[in-house]
Amino acid sequence: MYEGVVQDLIDELGRFPGVGPKSAQRIAFHLLNSDPADINRLREVLGKVAEGVTFCEVCGTVAEQQRCRICRDERRDATLVCVVEEPKDVLAVERTGEFKGRYHVLGGALDPLSGIGPDQLRMRELLARIGTDEITEVILATDPNTEGEATATYLVRMLRDFPGLTVTRLASGLPMGGDLEFADELTLGRALSGRRAL
Amino acid sequence: MYVRHLQLTDFRSWAQADLALTPGPTVFVGQNGQGKTNLVEAIGYIATLGSHRVSSDTPLVRIGAERALVRIAVVNEGRELTVELEITPGKANRARINRAQVPRPREVLGILRTVLFAPEDLALVRGDPSERRRFMDELLVLRAPRFAGVRSDYERVLKQRNALLKTARGSGGRADISTLEVWNGHLARHGAELLSARLNLIADMAPLVSAAYAGVAPESRPALINYRSSLGELPERAGVDDLTERLLTAMTEQRGQELERGVSLVGPHRDELELVLGDAPAKGYASHGESWSFALALRLGSYELLRADGAEPVLVLDDVFAELDRRRRAALAEVASQAEQVLVTAAVQEDVPAELLGDRYLVGDGEVRSD
Ligand SMILES: Nc1ncnc2c1ncn2[C@@H]1O[C@H](COP(=O)(O)OP(=O)(O)OP(=O)(O)O)[C@@H](O)[C@H]1O
Ligand SMILES: [Mg+2]
Ligand SMILES: [Zn+2]
Repeated sequence: MYEGVVQDLIDELGRFPGVGPKSAQRIAFHLLNSDPADINRLREVLGKVAEGVTFCEVCGTVAEQQRCRICRDERRDATLVCVVEEPKDVLAVERTGEFKGRYHVLGGALDPLSGIGPDQLRMRELLARIGTDEITEVILATDPNTEGEATATYLVRMLRDFPGLTVTRLASGLPMGGDLEFADELTLGRALSGRRAL
Repeated sequence: MYVRHLQLTDFRSWAQADLALTPGPTVFVGQNGQGKTNLVEAIGYIATLGSHRVSSDTPLVRIGAERALVRIAVVNEGRELTVELEITPGKANRARINRAQVPRPREVLGILRTVLFAPEDLALVRGDPSERRRFMDELLVLRAPRFAGVRSDYERVLKQRNALLKTARGSGGRADISTLEVWNGHLARHGAELLSARLNLIADMAPLVSAAYAGVAPESRPALINYRSSLGELPERAGVDDLTERLLTAMTEQRGQELERGVSLVGPHRDELELVLGDAPAKGYASHGESWSFALALRLGSYELLRADGAEPVLVLDDVFAELDRRRRAALAEVASQAEQVLVTAAVQEDVPAELLGDRYLVGDGEVRSD
């Protein structure tokens, strides 16, 4: 145990996902040795985060304005929507360079154990988008695990009744039980291009 | 196959243990509490990713240590593989095969196959149905490692579905159960896969268990095993599609009941492996000796089944001879002496049948000494 604020810092850092006590200590001492300007920048960023992050009003990913960069980009294919669980999955799909459409972020997956049902996810917003926009294909890119698969099945049922809409799922080959973000670009890219209609 | 080398660090009572093993019989002799079972428990852990004694990993790590390390070299038809597991309670275990880290410990399943006999086996006969379900599922994984995934997918879906049913019950019918159909579908699909494999397993194994029982206890009544499903009467074997349909139908029929009670009432988690002796169930009726013979027959049947599948498993006999009379000792010794490798633990050497006295290790004072 260190005295005072140093230990407080280590404790706070240790609460982050994937940061054990040893890494927390390493990061803390890195910060102690940092340039005051660097610390100030970090403080400013954290301050802005605390004031609230905005989410894109269309797709639900984190954004600086009302609409995110992808939703504003006219070159993106507006007929194609990739449905993912989290904003980090948007980044994972973007990294593949295979996808030129737009996104819809659900904000999670069906998870009764955590009390998450359709109403806690951005499902209604998705249906509204499909009802009004020029969307012709929805790619279900939820995680290849129990909750993600259940969410995909549920969406397939909900989207069945839209005339002329194609619903596809990422091709298998992604590591089962995993998280979309952990798949490497090549595997995820292949799963995207090999997607199959449901 | 056989284990050529076993190395432990901070596993159970062993700060360090390092021993070379050979095919054929090896006996570990030592007084009570010296760590004999701990040695073979480590071998079993590599084969099944579980202990035959405890369900949590915490007791497997030496008191005061942070993690345990088990390293094993397995030779299978001339090809050697090294498997290493790092066990850290409360965290995901880490595994290496031939020194290369693998994405998840499950990848090591199938490299080493063991059939382990232990005093705890009496619970197979006398314990709850869950003991026998676990017996079947562990054997399924030994037969085909991919069932580790099927089993954990099924358990996860089951948990989710039960949570949904419980919420629905708590809300008095106002909760959103529009997703129930989705969970039904997934439960049925994973459940059917598990169920179909269990039916095949029991159909393949039933004659082997009956024969093994007759060999161990010829004076007793005939023993039978029989799969009893929560779906009611089923054919001896059935395909996944057929069983998926049956499970879905049963869930529809039980819907009212399930919503009322807030739990899933049909599926492999409610099934039972019935053990029958003569015309009565073994549980509650069999004598102590008969129960032991039945437990032995289940393990011998497992061993014969895996052999028939074409993978000669390593036999582990943990402290079992002391419990057996002469004839049952002889019956077990006869099978064991034919095995490619058999590892025996005993407190006194006199308990071990002569045909199994191969290599001998003395276990005591925190050491394993070759004798
Ligand atoms: N996590 C642990 N840390 C330290 N010691 C442990 C741990 N778990 C078990 N032990 C010790 O290991 C010993 C038991 O070892 P083991 O069960 O292998 O004995 P054994 O040689 O098989 O004895 P028996 O002949 O009675 O079956 C006990 O003394 C117990 O205290
Ligand atoms: Mg013992
Ligand atoms: Zn957007």
